[in-house]
Amino acid sequence: MRKILLMGNPNVGKSVIFSRLTGVRVTVSNYPGTTISYTRGFMKVGEEMVEVIDVPGAYTLEPTCEAEKIALQMLDTGDIIINVVNAINLERNLYLTLQLLEKHLPVIVALNLWDDTKHRGIHIDLDKMRRLLGVPVIPTVALTGEGIKELVEAIPQAASPAIPIRSSNERWVAVGNIIDQVQRITHRHHTRLERLEDASVKPLTGGMIALAVLVSAFLLVRLIGESLIGYVFDPLFNNLWAPVVLNLSNLMGGSGFLHDIVVGKVIGGEINFVQSFGLLSSGLYVPFAMVLPYVISFYLVLGLLEDIGYLPRLAILLDTFMHHLGLHGYAIIPTLLGFGCNVPAVLATRILESKRERFIAATLVSIAVPCAALQAMIFGLVGQHGGQYVAIVYGTLFIVWIILGAIFNHTLKGFSPELLIEIPPYRLPAWRAVLQKLWLRIRSFLAEAIPIILGAVVVINILYFLGVFDAIANFTAPVVTSFLGLPKEAITALVIGFLRKDVALGMLAPLALSANQLVVGSVVLAMFFPCIATFVVFLKELGVINMLKSAGVMITVALLTGGILNLIL
Amino acid sequence: MYNQKLIALARMQPGETGMVAQFLGGRGMANRLSALGIRPGKRVTKVSSMLMRGPVTIEVDRVQIAIGFGMANKVIVDLG
Repeated sequence: MRKILLMGNPNVGKSVIFSRLTGVRVTVSNYPGTTISYTRGFMKVGEEMVEVIDVPGAYTLEPTCEAEKIALQMLDTGDIIINVVNAINLERNLYLTLQLLEKHLPVIVALNLWDDTKHRGIHIDLDKMRRLLGVPVIPTVALTGEGIKELVEAIPQAASPAIPIRSSNERWVAVGNIIDQVQRITHRHHTRLERLEDASVKPLTGGMIALAVLVSAFLLVRLIGESLIGYVFDPLFNNLWAPVVLNLSNLMGGSGFLHDIVVGKVIGGEINFVQSFGLLSSGLYVPFAMVLPYVISFYLVLGLLEDIGYLPRLAILLDTFMHHLGLHGYAIIPTLLGFGCNVPAVLATRILESKRERFIAATLVSIAVPCAALQAMIFGLVGQHGGQYVAIVYGTLFIVWIILGAIFNHTLKGFSPELLIEIPPYRLPAWRAVLQKLWLRIRSFLAEAIPIILGAVVVINILYFLGVFDAIANFTAPVVTSFLGLPKEAITALVIGFLRKDVALGMLAPLALSANQLVVGSVVLAMFFPCIATFVVFLKELGVINMLKSAGVMITVALLTGGILNLIL
Repeated sequence: MYNQKLIALARMQPGETGMVAQFLGGRGMANRLSALGIRPGKRVTKVSSMLMRGPVTIEVDRVQIAIGFGMANKVIVDLG
């Protein structure tokens, strides 16, 4: 099957064009041997089915970062290139276009953000541009879909004109020549949106905007998550699923080893979805009704913030502060991702330049950033005792994040490199692209979490049956009971935390802990070790030695923090 | 007579415009900056800077780019 590569600078709307071109069969893959991911799908060109690949954004084919290296390597696998060009920033974008043409592959240019040129006072002579480049140039507005049909129709005309291989300087001169002939710029005033853009990166106004954005994002995540639970998932489970499981329980005799694995314990004649702990009760309820709603709402809001273009501005605002933690502002992106799931967060530390930064960022995320699954359980269980206890959990994690980061910054060799990022203009998000991304993320959550949760439920039941937990509990009881003030039974939950933290916190539910004990339990559970999925990624990404170092820090800090909380609460 | 007035990007005032004169950093820095469209001869406008030696935001060819303070100190701009 022939392959079409979508290539272009970052922030030119490549992904939106991709979502317009492709249908539903879209997958995210990792480039072999790396964690740079790319999206692929399929489309029809005439009668022919072709594969479309959304290549990571690149400014140049003389790589200055990992993503650009991958983009260069992927170039060899393509048959046709759709070069997505930002119409309001022709010069820098055409530099990549000329590099692509030098590779002698058929190229077609999508001149995206075409609508922006009008109100920005930019006039582009399309015919002249086509002649000078020697390839089709199609103006597009990916957001509205304008020009997409023409783009698809023009794909067969993709051309590979004979052009010389140039040095970098010669290429900039050639770009300059093209610009002089095709582009004319007239003066115009700042729009209101641009004033908002400027205000977002000024210290005072930027700080206020950041606070407003983060608070509304948080409220929106909670609102959507709670509504999904309250109006969709809880009614489904309680009204439709509970009777089915209860019937099955009766069929299986109401108790016994197999019964407990499949259905779980029947508590007071009822199925308790949190505490029963069978495959069909807690095994389905925890991932689908407690965690999934928050995963959906979190990734929806994060996707919107990404596509509006807010995140780079947050990185700028927090840059000075993040330097105290040995990171630069861009590290806020893996950190925010961590609130969804620590796995993509650890993967996303790839965007940071140095090993030192990646170690700090990944360790801080694993310790102090609870994933959506864990947070859902914290709100569900700790929240029952009052919002102030939830606040203590978050406050503790936040303080640990800062103190630990500062310690890392002072003790680890090296320095934090400098920020250098493009800030895209604010844009209306395209729903199609937002929903496509949301779907991909939810699908990978389900694929990753469901098997592990179901496996964990089985393993826990078997180990429980064999008395393994009692042995571990007796062995570690002195530390946990005296130091953390938790009952011996809580140890089981902490051990299970290695498999799934949401499941583990659920196991604290039947223990009738006091609010303070739940706080200690949640904090220790959040910090002391990553879940198995995060552990594996961490190991792959940062190596055995770093993982061991990081694990040492995690266990020490978790016990210390838990001990201190136990003392002062 | 053409007057040169050289100043580090980090020291420009918000709203000021100048022409990139030279980079004081190494080859790697020059490559990264030019990939983003910041090259000697380009006109840049400072948009803002964060407090306490925070990053500097500039506009070049209608695109905004944020540069860490240390790097912005190594980009010399001619305000002349």
